[in-house]
Amino acid sequence: MPILTVKEAINQALVESFTNDKNVILMGEDIAGGKGREQYQGTQDAWGGPFGVTQGLLTKFGPERVRDTTIAEAGFFGAAVGAAMTGLRPIVELMYVDFAGVCFDQLMNQAAKMRYMFGGKQNVPMVVRTVVGAGFRAGSEHSQTLYSLYTHIPGLKVVAPYDAIDAKGLLLSSIIDNDPVIFMEHKRLYMTKCEVPENLKPIPLGKGRIRKKGKDITIVAIQRMNLFAEEAANLLADEDIECEIIDPRTYSPLDESLIYESVKKTGKVIIIDESNPKCSLASEISSLISENCFTDLKAPILKLTAPHTPVPFSPPMEDFYIPSTKKIIKGIKTILKY
Amino acid sequence: MNIDQNKLNWIYKKLFTIRFFEERIKKIAKEKLVPGYLHTCIGSEAICVGVMSALNNDDWISSTYRNHGHAIAKNCELKEITSEIFGRSTGICKGKGGSMHISDFDKGMLGSFGIVAAGPPVVLGAALQEKINKGSKNSVTFFGDGAIHNGAFHEAAGLAKLWDIPMLFVCENNGYAEATATDWHLNTKNLSDISRAYDMISYRGDGNNVFEVHEITKNALIESKEKNTPIFIEFKNYRFSGQYEGDTQLYQPLEEINEAKKNDPIKIALEKAIDYKFSSIEINNLKKQALNDVEEAFKFAETQPWPKPEDSLNDVYVNYPKNLIL
Repeated sequence: MPILTVKEAINQALVESFTNDKNVILMGEDIAGGKGREQYQGTQDAWGGPFGVTQGLLTKFGPERVRDTTIAEAGFFGAAVGAAMTGLRPIVELMYVDFAGVCFDQLMNQAAKMRYMFGGKQNVPMVVRTVVGAGFRAGSEHSQTLYSLYTHIPGLKVVAPYDAIDAKGLLLSSIIDNDPVIFMEHKRLYMTKCEVPENLKPIPLGKGRIRKKGKDITIVAIQRMNLFAEEAANLLADEDIECEIIDPRTYSPLDESLIYESVKKTGKVIIIDESNPKCSLASEISSLISENCFTDLKAPILKLTAPHTPVPFSPPMEDFYIPSTKKIIKGIKTILKY
Repeated sequence: MNIDQNKLNWIYKKLFTIRFFEERIKKIAKEKLVPGYLHTCIGSEAICVGVMSALNNDDWISSTYRNHGHAIAKNCELKEITSEIFGRSTGICKGKGGSMHISDFDKGMLGSFGIVAAGPPVVLGAALQEKINKGSKNSVTFFGDGAIHNGAFHEAAGLAKLWDIPMLFVCENNGYAEATATDWHLNTKNLSDISRAYDMISYRGDGNNVFEVHEITKNALIESKEKNTPIFIEFKNYRFSGQYEGDTQLYQPLEEINEAKKNDPIKIALEKAIDYKFSSIEINNLKKQALNDVEEAFKFAETQPWPKPEDSLNDVYVNYPKNLIL
């Protein structure tokens, strides 16, 4: 089975989607990278965005469908809404999720509400691909996750894959989905690898994944936190502690029942989210568990998140900001005492 | 100007329908018979009808919260428009939109937006789709002078020109951005100059003269397609209503309103009726028909059922687990 990085998997999903449906287009800043309008476009060594994810698409599919935009997110996000309503399947790239501020109106008030507000006649089948995550020494304006900001909004779907297989399968699904989808790619996961079968089928949105089976405690891990959850679970296994790791993968819709089933079995749960804590995915999942699994719980629900601060730049401070394997182990041991 | 008789009748009837409709809305607003905000477009009839008379039925437009005239001129069902304003289940958006969001996708409306300058990027997207799929529909975005200040307008204008997208940016300069006069906010005398920064062709016209609006729009649509370029048009008129019904309009001096009445678009259209060989009987008939349509629409709306509360749970997504909505 081929081994792919997350970055390669996403590129493959894009290429397959472009090949399968001529209505798929891509718009974003520097997604090709051009100099001059005609002379240099179509060159093999196009930039492909800051992480090179879209490299080669311009060459394969041409400038009509792969459109380098100006630094004008409101302009091309709004255009994606109009294009989606009238028959295309636009994918737009928000270079960093932190830039959402300049085009949030187009997502929150137009993309999300078009169908509802105008009586259910129109679909808005668009995908926003965006880069999230701390740990890149990228400072406060290029490092957030903001999962809950989008999950909060009715009309949007939110997807955040951890590994290459999920990245490819979920992106394929997001592109054929008829609702607007925010697809979040973690910058620290782009180069991580796993086996991805050829001819992988789309993975349905709204289905979580049990990454590791266990009976003693449920770890709900959000996107990159799966990495640390796995490390912690492996270390704890040496002490005969069996952790069950749940990766919800999509946050709207959320596979609630998968989480409940696990919590009903273990009675103990820790939620790991590298976002800020207030009104976060962690607090949402915690509240859902306490409402739905109250009598099954044998210990308080523990949330392990970043502090209520912007993402700091300096390495010691940023490393402190991100939940770590060590903190996860400490948290789990606290809960297991109950 | 060569306009066939059917279209002429349509133009006059629509002008009257919009005016009667909005007068009726003002009345029920005073009596507080409908819920929510109401923004009427008295003074904009010639722009609504003049632009739409140059379009085909299935062409794309976007509108704003001041949309009643656009929707009526885009041939949306008057009864459904009214029912929507009343919040009833048979409304054009099933009661989910209200007065600010009157829009029928099946009539080519891409939305009526409560956010200033939300429309230009969306119509840019529809026009881009037409270009990529080699479609033939025209794309027109309506916005007010207030939207000129907003980044979304500029971003859409820049991209439309960069990408050679045929579409019309129709700026309705009615003298007021909400409760502030246009010249209070902007030093540029002619808004049509602003688009020149993007090397975009622009025109300016009398927004009170339905035939001038029609002619400029018709020619701009042809030029825009021939040259593969967006075109900006500024139509000047006057907003006789306040920002919304119930607005005290203290910022609009009475002398100004009275002066503007000399150029009332309905008055100008009536003066021009003679040029198009309308008899006063024919004009009165069209007026009667328009008034009758409006009366019937309001009678219809008042008797329509309210939506069920739980109907509010539908149409959020195409596909989503129902148990996660409530």
